[in-house]
Amino acid sequence: MTAPLLSLSGVSRHFGALKAVDDVTLDVPTGARHALIGPNGAGKSTLFKLVTGSMPVSAGTVTLGGTDVTGLPEHVRARLGISQTLQHSSLFTTQTVEQNVLLAAQRRHGSRASLVPRRQAAARERVDGLLADVGLDHRRGSPVADLSHGERRQLEVAVALACEPRLLLLDEPAAGMSPAESARLVELVRALPETVTVVIVEHDLDVVFALARSVTVLHLGRVLLTGTPEQVRASDAVQEAYLGTGRESLFTDTAGPAALGVG
Amino acid sequence: MIEWFDSNLVSILNGFAIGSLLFILAVGLSIVFGMMDVLNLAHGALFLVGAYLAWSLLSDGATWGGFLAALGIAALVGLLAGGVLSVMTEPLARRPILDQALLTLGVSLVVAEVLSIVYGNDALSVGAPPGLAESVSFLGRSYPAYRLALIGVGLVLAVVVYVVVERTSVGALVRASVADREMVSAMGIDNRKVKVAVLGIGSMLATVAGVLGAPVYGARPGLDDTILILALVVVVIGGLGSVKGAFIGALVIGQVESLGRAVLPDVASFILFGTLALVLVLRPRGLFGPRKLAGT
Amino acid sequence: MESIVADTGATGGRPGGGRRHATLLRAVPAVVVLVLLAAAPFVLAPFATTVLGRILVFALFAVSLDLLVGVTGLPSLGHAAYFGVGAYTAGIVAIDVTSEGVVLVLVAALAGAVAAAATGWLAVRSSGVFFLMLTLAVGEIVFQLTTTLDSVTGGSNGLYGIPAVRVGGTALTLAGYVYWFVLAVFVLGFAALWLVSRSPVGGVLRGIRDNEPRMRSLGYSPFRYKYVAFVIAGALAGVAGGLFALQVRLVTPSEAGFTTGALALLAVILGGAGSLWGPVLGAAVVVLVRDALGPTLEGHGPLVLGIVFVLAVYLLPRGFAGLAGISAAVQRRRAATRRTP
Repeated sequence: MTAPLLSLSGVSRHFGALKAVDDVTLDVPTGARHALIGPNGAGKSTLFKLVTGSMPVSAGTVTLGGTDVTGLPEHVRARLGISQTLQHSSLFTTQTVEQNVLLAAQRRHGSRASLVPRRQAAARERVDGLLADVGLDHRRGSPVADLSHGERRQLEVAVALACEPRLLLLDEPAAGMSPAESARLVELVRALPETVTVVIVEHDLDVVFALARSVTVLHLGRVLLTGTPEQVRASDAVQEAYLGTGRESLFTDTAGPAALGVG
Repeated sequence: MIEWFDSNLVSILNGFAIGSLLFILAVGLSIVFGMMDVLNLAHGALFLVGAYLAWSLLSDGATWGGFLAALGIAALVGLLAGGVLSVMTEPLARRPILDQALLTLGVSLVVAEVLSIVYGNDALSVGAPPGLAESVSFLGRSYPAYRLALIGVGLVLAVVVYVVVERTSVGALVRASVADREMVSAMGIDNRKVKVAVLGIGSMLATVAGVLGAPVYGARPGLDDTILILALVVVVIGGLGSVKGAFIGALVIGQVESLGRAVLPDVASFILFGTLALVLVLRPRGLFGPRKLAGT
Repeated sequence: MESIVADTGATGGRPGGGRRHATLLRAVPAVVVLVLLAAAPFVLAPFATTVLGRILVFALFAVSLDLLVGVTGLPSLGHAAYFGVGAYTAGIVAIDVTSEGVVLVLVAALAGAVAAAATGWLAVRSSGVFFLMLTLAVGEIVFQLTTTLDSVTGGSNGLYGIPAVRVGGTALTLAGYVYWFVLAVFVLGFAALWLVSRSPVGGVLRGIRDNEPRMRSLGYSPFRYKYVAFVIAGALAGVAGGLFALQVRLVTPSEAGFTTGALALLAVILGGAGSLWGPVLGAAVVVLVRDALGPTLEGHGPLVLGIVFVLAVYLLPRGFAGLAGISAAVQRRRAATRRTP
């Protein structure tokens, strides 16, 4: 086993008396395909925010590739290789598909600090490749406002990948996608090189078990279990813990975005 | 120290008088923005309307009748103007905050220009009502009685506003909606009626402040901008939607404007900016601003 | 407000012969306008030429504000501060040191940039209405400085006795030559702002305008980019102020005042924020109403402008550029329907 790329140690986030994330310790090794699951309000999205730095931790440390990033602001963590898609689409709505991806790609490939127009050949080449990968190459000139919900999710993934991440956090990437679109997503993530570590929060368990090689179950902000998909499916502890809310909520929860809580 | 205090007593008292006026202005501005998300840049123009109203009724000789009439008419005009503003901003409610601010900016340009057409471009002075026009001896110094009264009015109003906002059910509504803009409609209250009421009261405070300030500042073109900016600085320092913040901010800026200009005339503007900068670097949302603005 | 910029930006970098053709075609109106502007002194009366020069000065000021308002999404009400700083600096240098035009323009740019750098670090930290209020406060403080520092600025009388601008040592005494100098600087200034808006940094600024949190998660530091935009806008506002000083040869505190900043914002809103060329038209309307129409309205041009302001907010949410943008949107929709069978 290689050293963990992402390491959380005693990470907590409190909102007053509410412990949204409570003492989570978790190692994600390089190259992992790791899923976070749990019922609504388990703290999955909050945990993502603590990793990306868009929300400060109340306690604990976040380590990326051996570097303690707990005190670093979000944009610095992003430069260290953390990239994400958000649960609710977060795109540049007045701009075109191509420009959205270019904004992410030019930070790595282009002359982002240039004050005069540039061709940005390398960045644009990367944009072309990514748009083909996610299946949006025919939409490159469309404004984001014209895209369907599923297309926006695809664009999110392209933008996230354009950052050339070491750690890719996908927050419900398949929500609102058609079966064909989510199948394409699974293919895309599977095809990513092992240098990209993927952590995914997803309600569609077909997608989760198609992608994940390891799973962490969160419940009320705490880690219930980390193991292989088989272990998680078979775990009595997991099943028991969910009896209160019904075991369906763990394995058949396909609630749409409208029904989602803080997550 | 005592000597310094003694020689600057007049400036300090002036600072309190300015602070009183600024509080009356800023609390309206602050609550209108805090509750309704409307940055009313016509607030200064409304102040000027009040000031010219006072001149109209008092220029033939300051009487209590005239002064009280000016206050009453100003209050009515303010309420009406607030109603008009609330109707005018309604179609823009779904557009960015900037659009509403720009609308009120346009309104303020029109109002200021109409005032200069009616009253000319000269600075007009307004007398204080009888009994307050003289100077009285205060801590061994002679000081205009009217300004002392103004300080008193400011304090009384501060207490009244504080009690209303902190202790009554109407105040609870105000506080709730400052903390969470969705609150008003969630409680089943007609948002538009609240908006008319809030803008009406806020505008009324501005016109009344204009009448109250007239014996000190008079009425002249450009006074609207000066006053608006001071009130905005108070709101920024105090924090949006906070009565306590408006009060503290008004006291601080009152002293900066008066004592600062008296002691260090050349750098007073820098002190104003410096105070603003200092507060915002330490407390980006103002001294008593909401911890977290809605939507951020 | 974005459709035009978005379209050209999107296709801008893709290689292909058609693109180069399109770029050339798009440059045609610009060249025609430029030729007409350059020929103006031969056709127009001296007074009309001077008014046109004033329009260019105010237009450059408005376009610099558009970099903040339209491109970066930072609505500034205090931009006149940097215009005023540039105007006073150029005026003082012209009186005390040299009235060499290039020098005046450069020191005005430097002064505007320094003033923007000194105040921007605070303003740019805030956003939304806080930014509006802070820039307003900064603007007013600069305005008050222009009246209180009367030993330097001439106080409320203004700074007068500014000598005629010189180019290569020769004083430009004829209105036409001054106009050409103003036009040349305007073209350079506009080109600079246009280039910045089309550059990678311009893309980042638009990204910040649309979705600042997302830019942070992509690894950009919004503060740094907004600060750069603020300083560039300040520098160009300073240039516009310098041009004002050498053209009018009198600088009064009202140049740095609230109304000047508000009228520039009106020009931007009227023309269409983010389009850069729209605010030039907006500036033309503002200056024509204020300077040319004003005297016939007994000096109450601001009344008309205030009414225009109110109407523009309701009727032209995207300005003149928005009107052009509608036709662009229609074309795009047609193209889209053609693409999807």
